[in-house]
Amino acid sequence: MDIIISNTSSKPIYEQITNQIKTMVMNNELHPGDPLPSMRSLAKTLRISVITVQRAYEDLTKDRFIETTVGKGSFISKENKEIIKEEKQKEIEEHLEQAIDLAKETGVDLSELTKLLKILYEGE
Amino acid sequence: MKEESYGIKIENLSKKYEDFELKDVSFNAPCGSIVGLIGENGAGKSTTIKAILDLTEKESGVVEILGSATLDKETKEHIGVVFEGNNFPEELNAKELNNVLKNIYKYWNEEKFYGLLYDFKLPIQKKIKDYSRGMKMKLAILVALSHGTKLLILDEATNGLDPIIREEILDILLDFIQDETHTVLFSSHITSDLEKIADYIVFIKNETVFLNASKDELIYEYGILKCKKEDFDKIDKEDIITYIKRENIYEILIYDKKEKKNKYKDLNIDKVTLDDIMLMYIKGSDEK
Repeated sequence: MDIIISNTSSKPIYEQITNQIKTMVMNNELHPGDPLPSMRSLAKTLRISVITVQRAYEDLTKDRFIETTVGKGSFISKENKEIIKEEKQKEIEEHLEQAIDLAKETGVDLSELTKLLKILYEGE
Repeated sequence: MKEESYGIKIENLSKKYEDFELKDVSFNAPCGSIVGLIGENGAGKSTTIKAILDLTEKESGVVEILGSATLDKETKEHIGVVFEGNNFPEELNAKELNNVLKNIYKYWNEEKFYGLLYDFKLPIQKKIKDYSRGMKMKLAILVALSHGTKLLILDEATNGLDPIIREEILDILLDFIQDETHTVLFSSHITSDLEKIADYIVFIKNETVFLNASKDELIYEYGILKCKKEDFDKIDKEDIITYIKRENIYEILIYDKKEKKNKYKDLNIDKVTLDDIMLMYIKGSDEK
């Protein structure tokens, strides 16, 4: 599992770890049931403190991306792709809401907005 | 679940010296963690370490090391200590040193010592006097780790060493805590080392513990807001922890960066380093 962290990024290191693990699952680099390295060994590889990794694993567990069994370690959980999709969808909704707010402020109506969305989506 | 165990537990430790005093120092170093002691020179870091090691008589308070309330002979066997400028007989080489040390330490682990010498590329046949400063320091740390060590204490051990050796020392420490019954206490005024690997930070100021928190809390919750006088006047006074004024620019230490970023959307809030936090608390003003 290759995680690359940046010390200069404005994103906290634990967030960089959780994001990259999620991306690896989405890209099929990690599969349900795959084991994650122990917190201590990942901390050593990344040269960061153990509690930073602990925080990342706790966040992933809370969001049900990984499952942790005492004595056995942490694994990618089964239904995680659905969860990631749901999460991303929520993010998309938030961004769209922002766009809608801006549109309303500036008097851009729905048909104009959908036209714009269509152009951007197809024209990338 | 097992109760959390501590490599070091200090409660209300006070100690008077002729010209120095430790006042009511309390902090813990949980097993499996690396704890960094920071503070300016003369703040009391080394005195705290001395007091932990019972090298000086304590005045009041409790120090518990590796679960033991008294620093008996057996407990001492499991503590590895490295001070700045540790000295071994200069005429010896590492092999001869091994022969001396195996008679001194009850749990001296020859195999481990040679393994570490190999891993960290220290020549066995070379006399210690021909080692570089960095090599001597590595040797001192390897020795400190080779006698059944459960608690490793480093007092300003990486000061003045080049970045490559410092990096190697970080590796040694991270290796050591792969065993979660091990603990590291590390004092340094070079905080960038600590920023990488420390789990907890204890900031000693004015002879006592001024801040004691997880490193992540410190570097992610604190922030520095930079602004001009007219913006400074608009900021709620209770949001200003301390500030430094340089020319016409104010640098303000704030807590709860996320909330403050929302509250002061037009102002710029930077992330902090441990150095920044130390500097702002020591040099900053809280006069409003």
